[in-house]
Amino acid sequence: MVPMGRLARAGPALGGAALAGAARLLRVPRRGARPGADGDAAAPARWEVVTVDRPAEQVLPEGRWPEPLRRLDGAVEVRVRPAPGDRGTELAARPLAGVTPPTGLAAHLVGDDPGLLVRRTLRQIKQRAEAGEVLRADRSALDRPEVHG
Amino acid sequence: MRALCWVAAGELAVREVPDPELRNERDVIVRVRRSATGGGDLPLLAGRHPLLRPGDVLGAEFLGEVVEAGPGVRRHRAGDRVVVGASVACGGCWYCRQGLHSCCDNAHADLPSADPDWVRSDAGCFGRPRAAGGFAGGHAEYVRVPYADVSAFRVPDAVDDVRAVFAADVAPTGWLAAELGAVRQGDVVAIWGAGAVGQVTARAAVLRGAARVLVVDRHEERLRMAERHSDAEPLDYRRTDVAAELRDRSGGRGPDVCVVAVGTPPARSRADRFGGQHADRPDALREAVHACRKSGVVVVLGGTDGFVDAFPLGALTERRLTLRGAGRPDLRDVPMLLDRMARGELRTEHLATHRLPLAQGPEGYALFRDRADGCVRAVFTP
Ligand SMILES: [Zn+2]
Ligand SMILES: [Zn+2]
Repeated sequence: MVPMGRLARAGPALGGAALAGAARLLRVPRRGARPGADGDAAAPARWEVVTVDRPAEQVLPEGRWPEPLRRLDGAVEVRVRPAPGDRGTELAARPLAGVTPPTGLAAHLVGDDPGLLVRRTLRQIKQRAEAGEVLRADRSALDRPEVHG
Repeated sequence: MRALCWVAAGELAVREVPDPELRNERDVIVRVRRSATGGGDLPLLAGRHPLLRPGDVLGAEFLGEVVEAGPGVRRHRAGDRVVVGASVACGGCWYCRQGLHSCCDNAHADLPSADPDWVRSDAGCFGRPRAAGGFAGGHAEYVRVPYADVSAFRVPDAVDDVRAVFAADVAPTGWLAAELGAVRQGDVVAIWGAGAVGQVTARAAVLRGAARVLVVDRHEERLRMAERHSDAEPLDYRRTDVAAELRDRSGGRGPDVCVVAVGTPPARSRADRFGGQHADRPDALREAVHACRKSGVVVVLGGTDGFVDAFPLGALTERRLTLRGAGRPDLRDVPMLLDRMARGELRTEHLATHRLPLAQGPEGYALFRDRADGCVRAVFTP
């Protein structure tokens, strides 16, 4: 099993220098925040966690972050541990405290629920590993407004 | 294509909507041959679902023919006649691998509302709002079926459409109730509600070897059906003291297994709508808890979307009862149920009291909702 301390830092092939370039204190408004945030802008965000019913080697092949997580490179930290009772792997992630997310992600990692993008990403990893694909919703009437109704 | 859509509280209409398309590799598209009304649709029909939108297509129970299959589908191809289980399930998560398909972790499409916190979710349900994680329903000419290798089952030639359509939801739910109750040889089983699910529960209990099966209802024709098709003893609660009868017919012990299958009655008032309290249901549940023998099992089926207060907790602890619940069926029993249907051990076609063209969907639902004209289920043909 992958030691979690190492993995928390290992995932991205992103050195301290690359991070430092983007790093500055991020003020995240936490109105209506989730438990654990305590309304404190500097407090680390809650871990978001899913259990993936597959061994860690399959969830993180060769110890690397699976594709959807790589997009959050530099913005989140990751924790991995075996789930008790032979239920696979517990995969957790949370936005890195005090780091400005890369452009394009910033909008998703702030706001009332910074964990939302992290949760969705973890769910995608879980679905890919367990179901082989990420289930898409039915086409919405909004996708094809001309035939609505 | 034409589909039966929700329009407003209490109002349905058959409308032109976009054809469904393959969205995932494991999807199939099914051309619907039959679809059935279900109790779970009634809160939607009444407008009690906050995420329901005009144009949403209803229908959780349907059967049809595969017309298109995604590249990831192994077990089905165009032309197969299939019944589609009422729980969309991935087949690969921990719950699916335990056979608990109705608990599938991956039945939720990638929606912004996906949240691990407890929110009302219709993930894995056909005929439930997309915004709540649901999928377009079967009261339509075509339906998209995700994870088709897991959710769709080939129907034996010996089973006709009207019998087989109930292998989607009614039959596996009734079977599940008997299984959750762990009904054994020699048990006395009492069932509240002689609707479609209650009747199949009664039949399942008989097939599992129950010595006596008692069904409690107030609809004469439903009680007679349960008697004729499930070998159950009818108890009309308007005319009999149910508690006394149950004691009487179980040698004073009380039934070993009590199943509450009264469904979700339609909202009767604004207070009911907001309070989420259904007059029938708590009565049936309380009665079941009080009637059940010491250390027996009470199984509660179906979705009430509110809270039930005045629950007799003392009786539960004092008498060491086990309380189990289920809203949707698992899929693992569907092939076995289709086999039993093919052998004639399980007959369900009498439940289709009203057989109508889909164009008459709104009328069919009105009959079903009001239990008018002896309606147990309306079955539509697109
Ligand atoms: Zn699953
Ligand atoms: Zn004793």
